[in-house]
Amino acid sequence: MGIRFILMVNKQGQTRLAQYYEYLTLEERRALEAEIVRKCLARNEQQCSFVEHRNYKIIYRRYASLFFLVGVDNEENELAILEFIHLLVETMDRHFGNVCELDIMFHLEKAHFMLEEMVMNGCIVETSKSNILAPIQLMDKTY
Amino acid sequence: MSFAAFHVVELLSSTRFSHKKIAYHAASHSFDESTPVLVLITNQLRKDLSSTNELEVSLALECLSRIATVDLARDLTPEIFTLLSSSKVFVRKKAIGVLLRVFDKYPDAVRVCFKRLVENLESSDSQVVSVAVGVFCELALREPRSYLPLAPEFYKILVDSKNNWVLIKVLKIFAKLAPLEPRLANKVVEPICEHIRRTGAKSLLFECIRTVVSSLSDYEHAVKLAVVKIREMLVDDDPNLKYLGLQALSIVAPNHLWAVLENKEVVIKSLSDVDPNIKLESLRLVMAMVSESNVAEICRVLVNYALKSDPEFCNLILGSILSTCCRNVYEIIIDFDWYVSLLGEMSRMPHCQKGEEIEKQLIDIGMRVKDVRPELVRVSRNLLIDPALLGNPFLHRILSAAAWLSGEYVEFSLNPFELMEALLQPRTNLLPPLLKSIYIQSAFKVLIFSLNSYLLQRGSPASFSYSDKLLPDVPGLVSKRDIPECSDLASCDAPVLGKQDEGFNPRVLNQSFGDLSVEYGGEETSTCGQSSASASLKDSFTHESIINLLNRVELSVVPLTGSYDVEIVERARNVLCFIELIKPQMPDCLVQKEEGSDREEAEASKIIKLMHDAFSNDLVPISVNAQERVSVPDGLVLEENLEDLETICGDVQLPSLNSFSLGSSHFEETACVSIPIFQSREERGPSNESTSLLAEHRKQHGLYYLPSEKKDGDYPAANDLQLQANHNDDDDEDLAKITEQLLVPKKKPNHAKPRPVVVKLDGDQAPIAAGPHPKEDLLSGTVRDVLLGSETAPTTRSPTNRKGKEKLNVDSATDSKENLGDGEKRDQGNSSSRKSKHRNSTVSHSKGRRHRSPGKKGGEREEHGQKAMQKSSGRHKARQRAEVPLNVVSQTPVIPDFLL
Repeated sequence: MGIRFILMVNKQGQTRLAQYYEYLTLEERRALEAEIVRKCLARNEQQCSFVEHRNYKIIYRRYASLFFLVGVDNEENELAILEFIHLLVETMDRHFGNVCELDIMFHLEKAHFMLEEMVMNGCIVETSKSNILAPIQLMDKTY
Repeated sequence: MSFAAFHVVELLSSTRFSHKKIAYHAASHSFDESTPVLVLITNQLRKDLSSTNELEVSLALECLSRIATVDLARDLTPEIFTLLSSSKVFVRKKAIGVLLRVFDKYPDAVRVCFKRLVENLESSDSQVVSVAVGVFCELALREPRSYLPLAPEFYKILVDSKNNWVLIKVLKIFAKLAPLEPRLANKVVEPICEHIRRTGAKSLLFECIRTVVSSLSDYEHAVKLAVVKIREMLVDDDPNLKYLGLQALSIVAPNHLWAVLENKEVVIKSLSDVDPNIKLESLRLVMAMVSESNVAEICRVLVNYALKSDPEFCNLILGSILSTCCRNVYEIIIDFDWYVSLLGEMSRMPHCQKGEEIEKQLIDIGMRVKDVRPELVRVSRNLLIDPALLGNPFLHRILSAAAWLSGEYVEFSLNPFELMEALLQPRTNLLPPLLKSIYIQSAFKVLIFSLNSYLLQRGSPASFSYSDKLLPDVPGLVSKRDIPECSDLASCDAPVLGKQDEGFNPRVLNQSFGDLSVEYGGEETSTCGQSSASASLKDSFTHESIINLLNRVELSVVPLTGSYDVEIVERARNVLCFIELIKPQMPDCLVQKEEGSDREEAEASKIIKLMHDAFSNDLVPISVNAQERVSVPDGLVLEENLEDLETICGDVQLPSLNSFSLGSSHFEETACVSIPIFQSREERGPSNESTSLLAEHRKQHGLYYLPSEKKDGDYPAANDLQLQANHNDDDDEDLAKITEQLLVPKKKPNHAKPRPVVVKLDGDQAPIAAGPHPKEDLLSGTVRDVLLGSETAPTTRSPTNRKGKEKLNVDSATDSKENLGDGEKRDQGNSSSRKSKHRNSTVSHSKGRRHRSPGKKGGEREEHGQKAMQKSSGRHKARQRAEVPLNVVSQTPVIPDFLL
């Protein structure tokens, strides 16, 4: 189903945002996140951004203090996912203006909205920044 | 947060949007299939789905895409169907997105919604198309065959779209479709190559490359182009591209090895990359390159890398070398001497943790490959005499294999005394008990061999005299069954040792033993042959050295009888008993030889000889399915309930067990043998017994020993080689032949092994051809029904409104082919009419909306139809079905074709 989950984790290993597109219990999520974070945070700049874990491929990218990790199945295009991460960061950057970890912590639901606009059922459905942000700005204005 | 689930449901019905928003969020994050309140939200969702506020609709759709259950999907399908043609793109694209989940949960929704989904694929709005392609991509990954009829639509997107995201998805779809339909592959290969040449986006480029190498690998020029691009990725500084390049190469490797060989340097250099993932990928690739001709060279390189790398990767390298080399019974190994010494070298690596695997292979090679035994013994010796190795617990298994090998094939040892020292060195106490007992047993074998060699060396000048005298006693000394045993031993010993007969003419011996029973002569030949093999050792077997050896063994084995481990105690006892038995004879030997009395000497030599015979049976590999060929003996009912056995013979457990496994007659014999065990001479009873049992067993169940399996021909028996070798007089010829045969019989199982795979393929194809789809295929089955029509489609299940719409569509279309279809519809039964309707509706879409392509495509289709008829292979049935309506008039028998 393409994307299985999206995680945002800070460099201390705390999860700031988690979005799963398949059902896992809380315990399973916690265990999975711990394993993945341990694996990915140990890697350095010279190493590639792809990690295989269980039956997932993890594609991650670091922006400042925040790691963006996307778990996909084996069919997914790794480079496209990297571009997707970048698009997500750019979108948040446009909305929040110089986005940082705190923005995501305090506007978690907005971050989720953006993700929901971009991804549905693990498929990337929208890739235009203005299209993604339009409903969110509309909600901000009207309600 | 299940405690709050009901509050979420309450909040969902709030009139304030901000509340509703929060409620939907909470629901989509916390609800799952098992949430009990889920049944309560159906109406609220329905209300919101038909709301005029597009944000509310979108919230409901988002939520549904996460939590839809079978019930929700079924109940809300009409609403989603309506939204699929919404004028608001914002809503429509989400409705398309949600379909994936709905189809998953409720496959019958396909009947309702699929046509609208296809329509959206041709929408003018790029957002909608991109979502629809995404959905089709996911659907096609599961069951590509059903979506073949949509290939023209995808093709148009592939050619026209400028959106890389969409292109990537379409490429993924074609990667699945192309292998199913060669003509489709033919058509898409050019556009894809065009994308490769033109695109600047790495992600699209990589997807194109992956599509080419995985699905279009028959198109040489495309693959060449892809490999050029892969090379660019490999030499890039970006580790991501490098990694993906290596991955792409490993997809190419099976079909186009040249691509890997071209990039050999880069791949091997990547073995020392900083990134473990890249190292692993390149290791896989390197192993893919291995062939008979370069295995030595590659292993040399890899071993060097293994020495330099961290323990984890070092073991990965060793593991892949081991698994690659032993593939298909060491298919790629020609020079076993080299391989065995490589194994020895690997064992000595500081990080090596592959003890178990190396142990297995050492012993396996020892049993399978006769020619390599001298080298094996040499390697084993080098491992055994190094006391430092005993300190590494990972090596213990290898050491035990080495000990076993040097005991079993001690006749190739250059210096048994040194070997004995190694086996009995004090540091062997570091070994676990089980392995330690292997050491003791090996020491036992070495001891027997040394004594035997010593006796032969001394006895050979006098052999005529003493064996003549000895002969009459033989039947008396040895229990009667020993004669047939001897014959058995002789027959299997002779092949083993016959090869070493150089410089020793067995015929002379046989003549001299003219009056001997044939069996005994045979045995003599073999042992003498062996002694000549170790001719170089002869000088070392002096009287003193043998006495020293006995003392040395006794000295180091005696303490072991106090061990806590039964296995060690038992082996140690065996050795000690033997020494006790033999020792009084030894000094006599010398004295009495001087006195010229051969009688006493014969006593000792007979004992030793018998022991030696016990150990000189060659062990051979057993076919894995040998057990299956054991027919159940008469009177043995395997299914019988053995519960009442307890009551009948609770206190005579052991004999009853015996009789079960060996048959009653056998049991009696066993008893006979074991009774006189305490008589002075019968100390050798146990070994005697074991050999006799073995011989007996061989005779009874000869079928299960490899030599007699020859005719079955499914297993390369080491004995086959030996037998053949034995018949040959010329040794050089032998060697040449054996090296040839080494490879030839091993190819046999290769031919034999693919067989099951072929059978499997047939089995796999059968269900597809037969048509019934398993449950998980429900979705694709329905999709196929909708796309192609199906005789099995129950009309009751499909909603009426859809039928009406379809008819409308069919009627409105104006095309000559349409008429054909209509004609057919009237002529034929319901099944084909459905199919033709669908086909025609698809055709009408493409014709109606795109004036650019119809001519071309129509032509293509006609061609398809004709070819499909010629082919009539079940593989293309979906395509065929799609084409048939075009040629309906001439080709009415559709269904038989389908069944093919």
